[in-house]
Amino acid sequence: MEIAVLLKQVPATESLIEVAEKGAGIKTDGIKWVINPYDELAIEEALQIRGEAGGTVTVFSLGPEKAVEALRTALAMGADTAVRIDPEGKVLDGLGTARVLAGELKKGDFDLIVAGHRAVDDDNFQVGPAVAELMGIPHISMVIRQDLSEGKIRCARTIDGGILVLETALPALITTQRGLNEPRYASLPGIMKAKKKPIDTRVLSETGTDPGEPMVETIAMRPPPQRKEGRIIEGERAADKAAALVKALREEAKVI
Amino acid sequence: MSQGILAITEQVDGAFKNISFEVVSAGKKIAESIGGQLTAAVMGSGIAAIAEQVAEYGAQRIMVADHEGLKDGLSDTCTQAAAQLVARSNPAVVVIGATSLGKDIAARLSARLSAPLAMDCVDVRVDAGQVIATRPMYGGKVLADVSLSGTPAIVAIRPRAMEAVATPGAGEVEKVDIDLADTTMSLIEKQMETGKIELTEADVVVTGGRGMGGDNFAVVETLAKTLDGAVGASRSAVDEGWRPVSDQVGQTGKVVAPNLYIACGVSGAIQHLAGMASSRVVVAINKDPEAPIFSKCDFGIVGDLFDVVPAVTAEIEKLKG
Ligand SMILES: Cc1cc2nc3c(=O)[nH]c(=O)nc-3n(C[C@H](O)[C@H](O)[C@H](O)COP(=O)(O)OP(=O)(O)OC[C@H]3O[C@@H](n4cnc5c(N)ncnc54)[C@H](O)[C@@H]3O)c2cc1C
Ligand SMILES: Nc1ncnc2c1ncn2[C@@H]1O[C@H](COP(=O)(O)O)[C@@H](O)[C@H]1O
Repeated sequence: MEIAVLLKQVPATESLIEVAEKGAGIKTDGIKWVINPYDELAIEEALQIRGEAGGTVTVFSLGPEKAVEALRTALAMGADTAVRIDPEGKVLDGLGTARVLAGELKKGDFDLIVAGHRAVDDDNFQVGPAVAELMGIPHISMVIRQDLSEGKIRCARTIDGGILVLETALPALITTQRGLNEPRYASLPGIMKAKKKPIDTRVLSETGTDPGEPMVETIAMRPPPQRKEGRIIEGERAADKAAALVKALREEAKVI
Repeated sequence: MSQGILAITEQVDGAFKNISFEVVSAGKKIAESIGGQLTAAVMGSGIAAIAEQVAEYGAQRIMVADHEGLKDGLSDTCTQAAAQLVARSNPAVVVIGATSLGKDIAARLSARLSAPLAMDCVDVRVDAGQVIATRPMYGGKVLADVSLSGTPAIVAIRPRAMEAVATPGAGEVEKVDIDLADTTMSLIEKQMETGKIELTEADVVVTGGRGMGGDNFAVVETLAKTLDGAVGASRSAVDEGWRPVSDQVGQTGKVVAPNLYIACGVSGAIQHLAGMASSRVVVAINKDPEAPIFSKCDFGIVGDLFDVVPAVTAEIEKLKG
């Protein structure tokens, strides 16, 4: 089984995100960069599949030099090879990213591609299905369980209000949802070994893929409206506090 | 030339999801700025009877793709149908709901049509002919304005973020033949949680955190039921195995925006706050007066949730008489 994993490096979710002074970006100083949590699930699932079916796991990341850290972590977790595509400073939108990744994936011969269902920075929910579309293969999103057999993959995916169990033929792409697995930590020997593994770096202009001009551009960013200072409801007993709360919800906030 | 707006609706078992009316209303708002016809697309099997309902939100033309292959609402076949409806109406803007199905369709359409896509938007406007959408990023920690160049501009809107506004439209219904290609995708099983109000669509959400101390969520469930609301959970409660992943609210769970959000035994971690920040009114019940959630709520009660929550339920019951 040849498995590809798509991985993006993002700010850790505990990061305080602040809008940069000028322009449409965030302040990046002091931010801890990690593997997108959904992509960690993707790596783990790929490693588990390889454990059972054999084969290799290749991780792909389109990102700046810094993304090497994320790829090293993936190698330390157990991935076989890592590819970084350097955007050469070019800003890509979701579709441009998908085009570049699809272009590189087509150069391999992968049975299964695993991506996160969203990257927790841009929250685009786009790259996985877009890559599948560009490659002309089926995809199943938000997978919480999968089962491979005889060239097919059967997945449970979450939808609003329930679960669908779907089956499709390989090659296919799936995106991960929490609950799929518990990502392992990189072991010390794994980390040592990963240091020695080479990272295959490709530069965008030499990939032969034209990402196109970005059609979606972030033109402004601001913090969301802040809630004004709340009020602690005082009272002698729980019942008194509850009565005061319900009164406030009804008369002041008018929500019940 | 591309013109007009196509609003792609979503129905389940022959009933429109609320997001459909929000999508048509958003389409109406855009049509008022850029002009052109507002077309609604209805996809499914045996759905001709409900199609006219979207006229009440301003659709001038209603394209109905009624096909057996669209019965289960799978993203694969729905994308094919949506692409054909887009080709037929050649719109400048496509509006769709950012539901689990809508997101799949939007992402695939964008790649298929080489069209710009803004996902999970909370607002959309047209400025000097340019479509500009507002969307949360970083799990709601920032709001970004993004401009979309190219046609059709695909805008996927977040459920409950934009209001459905009733307004009469001509609503001429037109049946459209859809050709579905063979697909290897097959539905094996559908497991729906019946009678459960979907978190992202609920008016009231009552969430239990690690403070619940175990999988007995009865006090929280009873309060939610009294308010016709849904039950949510913090990631800790999910990790403990007390609640399913689908109940998780937060940056790596669901983003909710109810009128009333009641957090019980939740400390208020940054990832949790991200998922509930757009709730209209937030109530926190926690026994620790220093819990961070108290600085992010409208009303707080310091106390043991097992005393306070049943007391709140009792008060609401009293109100209802
Ligand atoms: C990558 C990543 C992603 C994450 N994504 C999410 C996410 O999407 N959603 C999310 O929620 N978290 C998320 N988290 C976890 C988050 O950081 C917190 O750990 C989590 O939200 C804490 O849950 P909690 O408030 O229920 O538990 P705790 O922080 O343990 O708080 C429990 C609270 O209950 C109170 N309490 C205890 N007993 C009672 C009682 N009897 N009555 C009243 N109050 C009581 C305590 O005072 C305490 O404040 C994520 C973490 C990471 C690393
Ligand atoms: N720059 C990137 N490099 C590699 N994979 C990516 C990149 N951007 C997104 N992905 C993959 O696509 C998924 C969804 O991302 P997004 O559509 O940006 O929310 C992520 O979880 C990754 O698996």
